[in-house]
Amino acid sequence: MGNVRIKIVLSYTILTIGAVSMIFPFIWMLITSLMTDNQIFSSTPQLIPNPLRWQNYIEVADKIPIFTYFMNSLLVSVATVAGQIITCSLAAYAFARLKFKYKEFLFLLFLATLMIPPQVNILPLFFLMRELQWIDTYWALIIPGIFGGFGIFLLRQWFISFPADLEDAAKIDGCNPLNTFLHIALPLALPAIVTLGIFSFIASWNSFMWPLIVTNSDSIKTLPVGLASFKGSFRDTTQWAQLMAASIITTIPVIIIFMLGQKYFIKGIMMGAIKE
Amino acid sequence: MNYWNNLKYKILSKDSFWAILMIMPALLGILIFTIIPVIGSFIISLTRWNLISAPKFVGLKNYTLLISDPLFYKVLAITSLYAVSVVFLSIILPLILAVALNQKIKGLALYRTAYFLPVITPMVVVAIVWSWIFDPSNGILNFLLTKTGITNPPLWLFDSFWALIAIIIVSVWKNIGYYMVIFLAGLQAIPDSLYEAAEIDGATGIKKHLNITLPLMTPTIFFVCVMSTISSFQVFDLIYLMTEGGPENSTMVIVYWLYKNAFEFFKLGYASSIAYVLFVIILLLTLIQWKLRKKWVMYE
Repeated sequence: MGNVRIKIVLSYTILTIGAVSMIFPFIWMLITSLMTDNQIFSSTPQLIPNPLRWQNYIEVADKIPIFTYFMNSLLVSVATVAGQIITCSLAAYAFARLKFKYKEFLFLLFLATLMIPPQVNILPLFFLMRELQWIDTYWALIIPGIFGGFGIFLLRQWFISFPADLEDAAKIDGCNPLNTFLHIALPLALPAIVTLGIFSFIASWNSFMWPLIVTNSDSIKTLPVGLASFKGSFRDTTQWAQLMAASIITTIPVIIIFMLGQKYFIKGIMMGAIKE
Repeated sequence: MNYWNNLKYKILSKDSFWAILMIMPALLGILIFTIIPVIGSFIISLTRWNLISAPKFVGLKNYTLLISDPLFYKVLAITSLYAVSVVFLSIILPLILAVALNQKIKGLALYRTAYFLPVITPMVVVAIVWSWIFDPSNGILNFLLTKTGITNPPLWLFDSFWALIAIIIVSVWKNIGYYMVIFLAGLQAIPDSLYEAAEIDGATGIKKHLNITLPLMTPTIFFVCVMSTISSFQVFDLIYLMTEGGPENSTMVIVYWLYKNAFEFFKLGYASSIAYVLFVIILLLTLIQWKLRKKWVMYE
C-alpha cells in the first residue's frame, strides 16, 4: 500500500513541476506586460509590479497597427477554415464512399503530398504569387492554405465509419451523390468538421513563414508577422512591456478557440496518431 | 433528343462523374500549389538566378557548389544535433509525464490544459517570451541563476555554445503537451490485466514498465520519433526570431539557411538546391524509419 502512495505522490510532484514550467512563461508574459520600463530594467524583478501599467496595452496601438493585424489574421484564418472544410469534405466523401477509376492512385497522390516539406515549395510558390500579382494581398495568404491532405484523411476516416443504410435510402429516392453528401453525410460529420476547423484555425492563426514572405505592407500583415517586425532584431529588442502586451493579444484568440473545442482538438490528435 | 437525354442520364447516374466533380477542387489545389511547385523547385535548382537577370541553366552546378561548401556541412551538423536532442527529449519527458498522468490522477483535465497552452500558442509569441526570459542582463532566468549562487550565468542567445541549447529547450517545451497526449492515449490502450498478471509474478514498479509498458508503447514511441524528427528538420520561426542563425552561425539550421539564400542573398538556384537536399533528407528519414519500424515495433 505504501508503494502505491509513493507512486501517487511522485506522480503529482512530477506533474506539478512540469505544469508550473509550462505556465510560468505565460504568467511572466502577463506580468511583464504590466511593467514600466524602470521595473523591467531594474536589477531585482518584481513578481507583482507596482503600479500596474495597463497603458502598455493602449500604447501598443500607437506603435503598431495591431487592430489591423488582428482583423487581417481573423479574416485569413476564418477564410482558410471555410476553404479547407469545403475542399476537404468534398474530396474525403468521394474517397470514402464513391467508386471511380484511379481512386487508389489519386489517394496515394494526396498521401505523398503530405511528405513534402512546405519549405521545399516556397520559392516556386512565391513566383507563382508574383505572376498572379497576389503578393501583398489576402489571396496569397488564403488560397494556397485551403488545400490540405490532413483534412481529407481526417474526414475520410469519419465518412468510412458511417452506416450505409441512410445513403441507400437517399439513393432510392433518386438523390445524386452530391445531394446525398450535402443533405445526409455532411450534417452527420459535424464533429469531425469542427475538429478540422479548430486545427486549421489554429494553424492558420499561428502561421509565420509564408505570411512573412508574401506580405510587405502593414495593411495586409497578419499578427505574427506584425509582431515579428515590432520585435525587430534580437540584438536590439528593448520594448519588452509593449511586446508582451501585443503577445497576449495575439495569444488570446487561440486560447479561446482551444478552450471551446478542447474535446475535439484532443480527438483530432488521437486520430492523427492512430492513422499511422 | 432522346439520345441526349439518355446520355445525360447515363453520366449523371454514374458515381465516377460525381467523384471527379467532388475531388476536383482538392486535386487542382495540390496540383497547382504542391506538385507543380515541387517540380518547379527542382528546375530552379538547375539554374543560376538572382532575380535581376534572367535565369541561366547551369546543370548540377549548384549541387556541386553545395557539396564543396564548408557551411553546408556545418548547417547539416547543427540541424542534426538539434534534431537528435529535440527528438530524444520529446520522447523521454512526455513519456514520463504520461506515465504519471496515467496513475488515476485527479485534475487530469486541468493538467492537460496547462501542458497544452504552449502547443497552441503561436511560435512567434513563444519566441518573444523566451527571448525575454533568456535575456542575459534583465532576464528572469539569469536573475534566478545568480540567486542560486551561479556567478557567471551564460549569455544564452548571445553565446555560440548556449544559443542552440536555448533553442532546443524552447522547442521541447512547446511540444511536450502534444506528445504527452499521444503517449497517454497509448498507455490507456494497455489492458490493466497485463499489469495485474505481472504483479502476481512479482514484478515491481520500474521492472513492470520496462517489461510491459515499453514494449507495448513502441508503436507510439515510433510515431512520436518520426513526427518530431520531421518537424525538427523544418525549424525556422524560432531561429528567425531568436538568433538569426548566430552567433557565429552556431544556430544556422537548414531552413533558415535556405531562407537567407533565397530572400536575403537572392541566390535562388542555390537556395532551391538546399531545398531539394532538405526534401531528400526528409524522404529518406521517412523511408528508413518505415523500414526499421518492422524490426523495432512489437505488437501484442
